[in-house]
Amino acid sequence: MTLHNIKLTVNGLPVEAAVDDRLTLADFLRHQLNLTGTHIGCEHGVCGACTILVDNVSARSCLMLAVQTDGLAVRTVEGLQATDGTLHPLQAAFRDNHGLQCGYCTPGMLMTLVEFLGENPQPSAADVREAISGNLCRCTGYQRIVESALDAAKRLNEQEP
Amino acid sequence: MSVMGKSVRRIEDVPLITGKGRFVDDVRAPGVLHGAFLRSSQAHAKIQRIDATAAKAMPGVHAVLLLDDILPVMTRRRMMGGNRSGKLPETLIPTALAEDEVCFAGQPIALVIADSRYLAEDAAERIEVDYEPLPAVSDCRRGIGESSPSVQTAIKSNLITSYDVGYGDVEAAFKNATHVFGDTFSQHRGGGHSIEGRGMLVEYSSGSFTVWASTQKPHDLYQMLVDLLELDENQLRVITPDVGGGFGPKLIVYPEDIALAAAAKLLKRSVKWTEDRREHFLGAIQERDQYWTMEIATDSEGLILGLRGKLLHDLGAYAYQDVNLPYNSATSVSGPYIVPAYAMTVEVGLTNKVPVSSVRGAGYPQPAFVMERLMDRIARELGLDRAEVRRRNIIPVDQMPYEKPLKARSGAAIVYDSGDYLACQAEILAVADWDGFPARQAAARKDGRYIGIGMANAVKGTGRGPFESGMVRISASGRISIYTGATAMGQGLATALAQICADQFGVEADDVTVVAGDTAMIPLGLGGFASRQLVTAGSSVLLASRATATKAKTLAGHILGVAAEDLEIVQGDVKIIAAKQLVVDKKKPQSISLGELSRILRGAPGYAFPEGLEPGLEATFHFRTDALAYANATHVVEVEVDPEIGEVKILRYIALQDSGRLINPVIVDGQVHGGIAHGISNALFEWMGYDENAQPVTTTFAEYLLPTAMEIPPFETLYKESPSPINPLGVKGAGEVGTIPVTAAIASAIEDALTPFGVRVLHAPINPEQLLEMIEEGSKKQRPS
Ligand code: FES
Ligand code: FES
Repeated sequence: MTLHNIKLTVNGLPVEAAVDDRLTLADFLRHQLNLTGTHIGCEHGVCGACTILVDNVSARSCLMLAVQTDGLAVRTVEGLQATDGTLHPLQAAFRDNHGLQCGYCTPGMLMTLVEFLGENPQPSAADVREAISGNLCRCTGYQRIVESALDAAKRLNEQEP
Repeated sequence: MSVMGKSVRRIEDVPLITGKGRFVDDVRAPGVLHGAFLRSSQAHAKIQRIDATAAKAMPGVHAVLLLDDILPVMTRRRMMGGNRSGKLPETLIPTALAEDEVCFAGQPIALVIADSRYLAEDAAERIEVDYEPLPAVSDCRRGIGESSPSVQTAIKSNLITSYDVGYGDVEAAFKNATHVFGDTFSQHRGGGHSIEGRGMLVEYSSGSFTVWASTQKPHDLYQMLVDLLELDENQLRVITPDVGGGFGPKLIVYPEDIALAAAAKLLKRSVKWTEDRREHFLGAIQERDQYWTMEIATDSEGLILGLRGKLLHDLGAYAYQDVNLPYNSATSVSGPYIVPAYAMTVEVGLTNKVPVSSVRGAGYPQPAFVMERLMDRIARELGLDRAEVRRRNIIPVDQMPYEKPLKARSGAAIVYDSGDYLACQAEILAVADWDGFPARQAAARKDGRYIGIGMANAVKGTGRGPFESGMVRISASGRISIYTGATAMGQGLATALAQICADQFGVEADDVTVVAGDTAMIPLGLGGFASRQLVTAGSSVLLASRATATKAKTLAGHILGVAAEDLEIVQGDVKIIAAKQLVVDKKKPQSISLGELSRILRGAPGYAFPEGLEPGLEATFHFRTDALAYANATHVVEVEVDPEIGEVKILRYIALQDSGRLINPVIVDGQVHGGIAHGISNALFEWMGYDENAQPVTTTFAEYLLPTAMEIPPFETLYKESPSPINPLGVKGAGEVGTIPVTAAIASAIEDALTPFGVRVLHAPINPEQLLEMIEEGSKKQRPS
């Protein structure tokens, strides 16, 4: 076991840590930084529950090592809410459209959609389905997640000046 | 304004969308050690030697435990639960870690406890096990044969039980029939696959244990641990944190759970184990393997006269709980139809596979598949419309309540309490334009497209008793709390219970706190399974809320000097109803808060409160029921099949469900969506593969297909509300009903699409290769040779 010192930002805040070379990014976030909103559903890169943003690009934190994030900016579900507590439009849309049941896949869905809606402000339902096709949900049958995403797109567009 | 029947926003959601949910692996425990299991690589073998020397010597490893190591802290060798009848062989009940014989690949053999999960998993890999492989049984049908090897050497026959279920004169029915049709059907197994796996944290503190478990049955776990680890009741508390989906597998107390808790007791340390996905494939229960050989007898008009056959149920290698699924299946096959005479032989066989218990639907989807396929067969043979055959046989509303001459597991008669099945079918067929479909189909065929429409009905007994607990308590601050043994795993239970309670106190749902599945807060409970919670816990919470409100009014009436009937509860205050007073005496108080009343009822030394009032502004109810509330559904689906590649595309999916009175329509709709998705998944995708030596071959999400948003179509859902007369809310369960008819409806649609090829769908999941084979066979037959 070799420890490496890394410096990164997590949800905008600087973090310095000593991490074991084989520590996954997911375990680093969850157990070293106590950011347990990032979930693990398969540990082999298929379910998408662990999706986060690294330098604004979505990534599977179960497939990345913590050391790989040295010098990078990581964003997790904990970083979505505004500092005054206002929900991110995606969060509000999930809440208002029953976009979650157990909530376990939800952080991964949200982070995937943050990236997607950033690039596709006016998506169709089919576009949304494709965008979340790397995220498994066992509870919802996806339909209300799709509706939540479409509603969030509308809210985000209204927010733009 | 009442909050009942409204789609209020869920009170669960804000923590879950902001990353502040607390699932079991999120709970921090100081000084916790981590567990990893060494699992059998063999489907069936004798263990000749285990050498853990190297593993034990690794830095950070605290213990490598085998069965003999944990037995000293346990009261008995075998777990309990799976053999209440006492009729099954004893060795079917598992031990927490394997004895010297392993009976399925994935069975836990050793538990490593180390400083971190990484180290524990490393050490588990260093344990050496010498196996002497034994022949394994992979196919239940062969396994029950005389010449088959045994699944367990201690059990001579793999056919562990068989019994008959039925009523009426079946012989005569078949003798007098105009038509008799027979088929064999099967469904293959899949897993529960909640996205959060199983997991447990056992916190140890000076002789006491707090267990956090991702479970559907916290009180069962509590009782089993108290018993097996010989604990005083006050030495143990089981808490259910947020649960990331249940779907059946989490209603079992597993060998892993017992081994982990025993390790905590032995080492006097806090320990934790979090299942990974591969372990879920290898160790969590699975369901659906059943083989049915059936015959149905009808008159010349397609009216059913009798039904008979044989059901073989694959139990896997052990009985993790009572073997009740095949009984559910055998007693529910008639669904919404009148079957005058019935005879089934049920056989339960073993295989060297992961043990079987309930996965969403719990023994109901298979009989629905069988019955609905037979209805289609009758229609085809008699040249009748499929909906018409059903119409002729459906139980009419004027026969409700309808008693079937069969008994439920509780011993109570099976009585369909309410529902208008015919109206449900008629309504959805109209929405689907069932009658207009043949024209659409003909048009599509001209374009070379094979589209088909299918339908299926389902009835499901919901709200299994004998009871569920519900306590309502109001604190000194006036905050209302509910405590229940029901468990929340994503269904919105907290919101629904809060709505029921809020209604009695004139507040909103989010003014109520719900604590589900904490054994320190509520002593009794059964948990979350069998679509039971709203029926059972909901009724208890309603009764407890009413009783608490009455208590509040009685005390307030005493204080305000008016009769209790002249009071109302508005936004947490008990007020004199304005219309009940002729003159308002401004000097006298007009209302009193619930918090104040709570303080009075908590008692102050020497201060009395009125005669006849029990202390505490609270009430507890255990709504008792043996009868089930029967929900029903009709699904209609349109598919397109590509005969070149055997691919099935769902073009339209419509579901109509009657779950009685709806407390929160959107939550119920979410349950129906999830249920349908699970059904589609069973029908077309999920296949837990084993080779002929019972080695699992699909142990990752890359090999096992769990459908994504691309495969699952949008749904159209419709509701009917026939209030159940057997509970005070008039509700029926919802969670599983949506799953039950799906495979049957899709099979019906595929057959319809492929009529030119004469394809018959009798097995599920339906995969492209099999479809292609049938299409090819069909086209050969058609070609004049
Ligand atoms: S946990 Fe990372 S993709 Fe499943
Ligand atoms: S909400 Fe439970 S897995 Fe998606």
